[in-house]
Amino acid sequence: MQVEEFLELSAGRSPEKTALVCRDRRLTYREVEEQCNRLAHALIAEGVQRGARVAIYLENSVEAVLSIFAVLKAGAVFLVVNPTTKVDKLTYILNNCRAVALITDIRNLAGLDSRRPQLPHLKSIFAAGMSSTSLRDSEAQLVSLENTLSRADLPNLPPVKKCIDIDLAALVYTSGSTGKPKGVMLTHLNIVSAATSITTYLENVPDDVILNVLPLSFDYGLYQVLMAFKIGGTIILEHSFTYPYAVIEKLVQEKVTGFPLVPTISAILLQLDLKRYDFPSLRYVTNTAAALPTQHIRQLRKVFPHVKLYSMYGLTECKRVSYLPPDQIDLRPTSVGRGMPNEEVYIVDDNGRRVGPGVIGELVVRGSNVMKGYWELPEETDRVLRCGHLPGEKVLYTGDLFRMDEEGFLYFVGRKDDIIKCRGEKVSPKEIEDVLYSLDGVAEAVVIGVPDGLLGQAIKAVITLREGAQLTRRDVQRHCSQHLEDFMVPKFVEFRDSLPKTSSGKISKLELAMPVGAQE
Amino acid sequence: MQNIEQELRQFVVDNFLFGQPNGHLCSSDSFLDKGIIDSTGVLELVVFLEETYRIKIQDRELVPDNLDSINNLVRFLERKLQHTS
Repeated sequence: MQVEEFLELSAGRSPEKTALVCRDRRLTYREVEEQCNRLAHALIAEGVQRGARVAIYLENSVEAVLSIFAVLKAGAVFLVVNPTTKVDKLTYILNNCRAVALITDIRNLAGLDSRRPQLPHLKSIFAAGMSSTSLRDSEAQLVSLENTLSRADLPNLPPVKKCIDIDLAALVYTSGSTGKPKGVMLTHLNIVSAATSITTYLENVPDDVILNVLPLSFDYGLYQVLMAFKIGGTIILEHSFTYPYAVIEKLVQEKVTGFPLVPTISAILLQLDLKRYDFPSLRYVTNTAAALPTQHIRQLRKVFPHVKLYSMYGLTECKRVSYLPPDQIDLRPTSVGRGMPNEEVYIVDDNGRRVGPGVIGELVVRGSNVMKGYWELPEETDRVLRCGHLPGEKVLYTGDLFRMDEEGFLYFVGRKDDIIKCRGEKVSPKEIEDVLYSLDGVAEAVVIGVPDGLLGQAIKAVITLREGAQLTRRDVQRHCSQHLEDFMVPKFVEFRDSLPKTSSGKISKLELAMPVGAQE
Repeated sequence: MQNIEQELRQFVVDNFLFGQPNGHLCSSDSFLDKGIIDSTGVLELVVFLEETYRIKIQDRELVPDNLDSINNLVRFLERKLQHTS
């Protein structure tokens, strides 16, 4: 099975059912299917071939969802880039995967204009929000996205299928410890397997209405759309959780049954006065990206007494690893549960030997949901995908330290590397440090995660200045906000005269995590 | 109201744009569309409005129509301040 068939099969079964609601627009399965087909034909006409990469650089929107399925229908590979990504990193990603087409909004294009000569692989740009009514702006080499979606001369039936299920369907760029983002390669089989396992344990049915506030560049957000279409349900797509009460009203109005959270959203949710709301339709709430504090779990159980609360854990490289059955959450609130259906998980020591209950080791994942590797990074791939016990099979070494109890429930202990999890997103300290070093006046810089009730971990930069240099916290944050996505801008900035070093001369992050020194 | 607009603009620029020059922000720019504000930012903004203008903002008022641009904020505050005076 291929991922675009989630949409095609549901559109065949219930064409007039509402598939997608976003802002003031409501689309049926038939409308989504036909518009995706038109865009797929247009992509093919622009020269997009089987296996080619097409980048989607859009906010959560109808167009973003249509683009994902259109790219798949064209036999190509989609990647969704976070819309707050700055132009340097976008250029890097587009060139790294040699994207041949970009689907975006005219407002997001301004910064990219000057980079066109540096993007030799990019042949076409489809842009939403073009003011002219013509299909194509030849001078700027732009194709109007809206006009393409409604073009009557394009077939509204799907193009002929060229892919098989071990072809690539998506690249998801994720932070690497080297500081450069790496593309996680997901095949159709990977995505179909993960979506099948997850919708099985969530007991999803066609009547489900799922409300998603998470960006589609984040695999947890992306899967809400994919899974809603797989089960033939309805997805309510929100821009973000920025205006929480507007989202709460939507939960009630649309009779939402499934609401995915990350800890930051749950922290905000619990600060709201929800007493005058009733959520009779809400059936389940999920959490992943980082563990929910036990206090949140207790409070969420009070706010939503009749709702099943799923505590889960995963990483982009295999989508999801484990879930805690809702009936276990009061018994073992700190566990992230067991491996999901059709997947095996175990813990190994430094020599790769399986360890028993209570022993801390690295978590290993085996299943058809495990990625094919990192795009064109064979060495990094070999570090995490290692031989399993069947000939030729690869299993995923997660880099996460876990222990398991006597009954097989998993408990997260820590990371093997120094990746920070902030607002549920993986953040590479190296990537931020590189940006800090590019700021005039910075002599040394190091980035660590500090515990934060709202963010999970907050990003803190510790800096020493060159002699005579004068920088303030705001100078540092402004510089970062010009080069990094919003969630990577340090919340705290500390200036020191010197940084603690290990015996080998490296900056000691361990020592820095101790609360000493003045914070500006 | 000129004053209020300036104060609001200053707060947004200081806290969400880390002091980038004013020119970047039009009074009609949607904070959402421009990626200026997130959900924790909205809560900070509400605390600022309540403390600076001695008003009480109801939960149901925390919607884009009231808060999502300098213009919307000014309009919302004018209405709130009329009610309290």
